[in-house]
Amino acid sequence: MSKKIGDVVLDLQNISLRFGGVKALTDISFDVREHEVRAIIGPNGAGKSSMLNVINGVYHPQDGKIFFHGQERKQMDPHLAAAQGISRTFQNIALFKGMSVLDNIMTGRTLKMKSNLLLQAIWWGPARNEEIAHRKKVEEIIDFLEIQHIRKTPVGRLPYGLQKRVDLGRALAMEPKILLLDEPMAGMNVEEKQDMCRFILDVNDQFGTTIVLIEHDMGVVMDISDRVVVLDYGKKIGDGLPDEVRSSPEVIKAYLGAGH
Amino acid sequence: MIYRENGQFKTSYGADQQIFPIAQDRWAVIAIIAFAFVGVPLLADEYMFRAILIPFLILSLAALGVNLLVGYCGQITLGAGAFMAIGAYAAYNFLIRVDGMPLLAALLLGGLTSAAMGIIFGIPSLRVRGLYLAVATLAAQFFWDWAFLRIKWFTNDSSSGSVSVSNLDFFGWNVDAPAEKYLFCLGMLVVFGFLAKNLTRASIGRQWMAIRDMDVAAEVIGIRPMWAKLSAFAVSSFFVGVAGAMWGFVHLGSWEPAAFSVDRSFQLLFMVIIGGLGSIVGSFFGAAFIVVLPIFLNQFLPVLGRLVGISISTAAVSHAELIIFGALIVFFLIVEPHGLARLWATSKEKLRLWPFPH
Ligand SMILES: Nc1ncnc2c1ncn2[C@@H]1O[C@H](COP(=O)(O)OP(=O)(O)O)[C@@H](O)[C@H]1O
Ligand SMILES: [Mg+2]
Repeated sequence: MSKKIGDVVLDLQNISLRFGGVKALTDISFDVREHEVRAIIGPNGAGKSSMLNVINGVYHPQDGKIFFHGQERKQMDPHLAAAQGISRTFQNIALFKGMSVLDNIMTGRTLKMKSNLLLQAIWWGPARNEEIAHRKKVEEIIDFLEIQHIRKTPVGRLPYGLQKRVDLGRALAMEPKILLLDEPMAGMNVEEKQDMCRFILDVNDQFGTTIVLIEHDMGVVMDISDRVVVLDYGKKIGDGLPDEVRSSPEVIKAYLGAGH
Repeated sequence: MIYRENGQFKTSYGADQQIFPIAQDRWAVIAIIAFAFVGVPLLADEYMFRAILIPFLILSLAALGVNLLVGYCGQITLGAGAFMAIGAYAAYNFLIRVDGMPLLAALLLGGLTSAAMGIIFGIPSLRVRGLYLAVATLAAQFFWDWAFLRIKWFTNDSSSGSVSVSNLDFFGWNVDAPAEKYLFCLGMLVVFGFLAKNLTRASIGRQWMAIRDMDVAAEVIGIRPMWAKLSAFAVSSFFVGVAGAMWGFVHLGSWEPAAFSVDRSFQLLFMVIIGGLGSIVGSFFGAAFIVVLPIFLNQFLPVLGRLVGISISTAAVSHAELIIFGALIVFFLIVEPHGLARLWATSKEKLRLWPFPH
């Protein structure tokens, strides 16, 4: 690949997270470099989703430090992480069911919209212009994801694969610096997976967005990721280039031992 | 007129983001408003104004406020009656204690006071939801019931506890005949209706709905739950407060704390459930339904009783009213949570495709 991978943007050090007696993550350290596609793999329940939730502030780890652009990050609520440019999609689609595709993606622009409530109430001047300007941006995303035909459809009526795409669109609307994707291809057929892979690589290429990706399909992971972290029972058991990870005995054991 | 959007191609996002993008909708709204301003005053008699139209308009405004909070932001409230009371008593105190306070300013200040209280009593929503929030708002209702009954300052030390407002003067227009009161309420409702519609299609409305539909995801894309929820409480309470002030000033003229009891809170909640949660027009349907149903039953049930040879007392009629409301609430909650508004939307959709079934 010809793209430039930059410095470390996100550095996680000795992260431990417990829910009561359940140790979801134990002493995990890894970093993410600018512009790279970083995959997190591991069997179900390994703690992958929890890791993403720690990164964007949904969960607060009991131990460990998070450095973001070299600065140690205080315990942080999700909307603050969002304000810093971290965006994500969800393993179990978490779209706003009562709203159209367009409105769902428009919601992703919230942080960028500044006009006050009174102007919005009278739909005047800056508020109106702002709506139109952001609508333009959202239409670009809609074109990019090839979902023009469903823009006014309530998301609840869409098939699963399209919902996943809208979920990605909403995350992209934030114009994130780091995009966290939680199993974006789970439950898709081969064609849908190919489309999704293409979108992810395009985002990475065209906008230089750093991507942290959880994925089960090893073929996909090997194809699109620059580096891979492997988790098992909340512990890190591998970290490196896709080929290194694939040939690591410990990783092979975890995967074979997972009961296939 | 055929209800179609065919051929109405939008050439700009501005055009697609109009308040009513479909031309037929736009004309229908204009026609209804024009008829309400011009036609209705020619047709309606005094009883219609007093018993049906004025209560309908004011309760529509209150239901609109409740719908912003419950239907759009997904926060339950059983205290809407209290916020009507706050609006009414605050407006009353501004009117009598400040020399030369204009009517409109008093009403809006009543609304603003209610909005401020809405923010304070909305704070529990940051921690609890569902049943617990319902109980917290119910507590607010009982607190204010008590306060307006016992704290004499609010009622200007009136011995009976009842207060009254007369001589409504709207920038030189003396609003006293029923038809004039109707026009005044209609004007207010139209303005507030448009404000509500705009809010719900703007960024703030999307934030409310996002919090309603999936609060974790909303926060993850940068919505501050505190801002979204408290702004919903504030705006909702503002609408409800203005409606309360109008209920006291324009509809009742003189009133006691009991005018805004917990019954009123439930009534408003029923309106938005029957009319349609998360729908502006649903608020109007719900208010119309709940204002008209008792009157209809009062006329209709005794007649029906006479036909089959039993006499139906007024008590039986009011029981029947409660039974019908109860049944309808259950029906809508289970079968059609989007209420009459959804039934309306479905029939419009059918009409749009007519005469082809798909
Ligand atoms: N909110 C939570 N409360 C309690 N336990 C949780 C919570 N979230 C995750 N866990 C637990 O943490 C472990 C890791 O879960 P998760 O991160 O979802 O795994 P993965 O995404 O790798 O399948 C599991 O044992 C799960 O039950
Ligand atoms: Mg997971």
